[in-house]
Amino acid sequence: MNKQIGLDTVASQLHDGMTVGIGGWGPRRKPMAVVREILKSPVKDLTVVAYGGPEIGMLCAAGKVRKLVYGFVTMDLIPLEPYFRKAREAGGLEICELDEGLLHWGLRAAGMRVPFLPTRVGLGSDILTYNPGFKTIQSPYADGEVLLAMPALPLDLALLHVDTADRLGNTHIHGPDPFFDDLFARAAKKTIVSCEEIHDRLDIARPDDAKANLFERNLVSHVVHAPLGAHPTSCAPRYGWDLVHLKKYAASAVEPHGWAHYSEQYLGGDEGRYQDAVGGAQHIGALPMPIF
Amino acid sequence: MRQLDSEMNETPSSYTLAELLICAASEAWRGNGELLGSGIGTIPRIALGVAKLTHSPALLMTDGEAYLVEEPVPLGPRGDWKPRFAGMMTYMRVFDCVWSGKRHALVGPTQIDRWGQANISCLGDFHKPKVQMLGSRGFPGNSINHINSMFVPAHSTRVFVENEVDVVGSVGYNPARWQPGMNNKDVDLRLIITDLCVMDFSGPDHAIVVRSLHPGVSFEQVQAATGFALLPASDIGTTAAPTHEQMALIRRIDPHNLRAGVLKNNPPGVPA
Repeated sequence: MNKQIGLDTVASQLHDGMTVGIGGWGPRRKPMAVVREILKSPVKDLTVVAYGGPEIGMLCAAGKVRKLVYGFVTMDLIPLEPYFRKAREAGGLEICELDEGLLHWGLRAAGMRVPFLPTRVGLGSDILTYNPGFKTIQSPYADGEVLLAMPALPLDLALLHVDTADRLGNTHIHGPDPFFDDLFARAAKKTIVSCEEIHDRLDIARPDDAKANLFERNLVSHVVHAPLGAHPTSCAPRYGWDLVHLKKYAASAVEPHGWAHYSEQYLGGDEGRYQDAVGGAQHIGALPMPIF
Repeated sequence: MRQLDSEMNETPSSYTLAELLICAASEAWRGNGELLGSGIGTIPRIALGVAKLTHSPALLMTDGEAYLVEEPVPLGPRGDWKPRFAGMMTYMRVFDCVWSGKRHALVGPTQIDRWGQANISCLGDFHKPKVQMLGSRGFPGNSINHINSMFVPAHSTRVFVENEVDVVGSVGYNPARWQPGMNNKDVDLRLIITDLCVMDFSGPDHAIVVRSLHPGVSFEQVQAATGFALLPASDIGTTAAPTHEQMALIRRIDPHNLRAGVLKNNPPGVPA
């Protein structure tokens, strides 16, 4: 069994109209090398589900998105994601805005193969107003409480970035917060994991790191070796986010033809060309972790 | 010794408005026991640290990322100082804390209405916003599950809006938003700390009441900067000045004086 595929073949795993979940959180551990492949591909009309960071803005700018499902989209130190903002303010995107916890609840429901999970979260808020398809349900027990029936959020494909993987599909995440990557994998029909380091077998190469394995390899369809592939987002504890690059990216959004210029400058070639254009692999690998 | 203590607690001769707000905001967590305290933003985060190091040592708090700490992590570059981690607080566990009600967050909404409903999602029409902001983040879940307080660095009618907020993220006390059978008994809004005053929800039907005015501010001034009618507390007073002890803690938690950049022109606590 060998699940490794080349980064250049990832885009062929996508088709128009797919629902794609993207792991990580804001500007943290996003599978950006894979996202760059999607940006370069002809695929379109995607429904994208994420705790959104710059990948959302980029996919919007490149015209890949039909519908967004999110709890937030932000780059933290640059709070407003510029291209997401542009896309929203232009109107036309289909939107499912959720509370952060509701998003995890919908992924859980999908992973557990139930149509919904009950919760109080969302009641009283405009989550219900702007998701008119969401229904409430009354507890069948003596309390009779009315709850939101958060619908499952099944994914066709989940895209994740991890520290270490093997060719069988085992993965290790060493960042302090695994976010909800495991739930994305469970909610998806197929999962593609990009990784910083690849081995034949993690049980042999990294036997002491088993606690960093957060979901089973039978959830992983393909593994892609993409070192530094989270750039410009962070991959703690290896490298921090690239604030200088994120600022350039954000600045491009207010320039005429800003996205075209950004794509020309950074997305014209392969990942090696990209890394050179942003300052080189050594520079990325040495980006310090942000201090709050 | 007694004399020394009283000296320590005397009011310093000068302090900034930001420092006054930090001390006023730290009161939000008083009596919260072992709840997870969250202070989102510079002033709320320093305020949480002050609360933890003074009246509320039992509070849980994080390093702002994924770990629990027992000592507040100073803001900004730390030199050789390293935080010591007591445990984990990944986002998954934050959700568990939120949904079990064991948290008190001090957050900074962009809009707040008379019912305590708050918005950080977008301004204008949701379908074609004038300004897209963050999205709803954790506001709906936080507000229906646990205690919340709010921080407003520039009190104005743009924040405290006349009608409902443009997008209700954080829920509040608007009866029109609640249908029979929905359980909103855990909606618990406490303090609103602004650059003009401290308010709470102690009026009839949780109406917003001005508890204290910052030095030099009048109730009329606060009312004029608010899009809906406010009630003055019967015992309305002046917001307590920082003590020497609080000032020392503020300097320790914020050694690079990031608090000076929060309020426009970093005004003094007592106007000249």
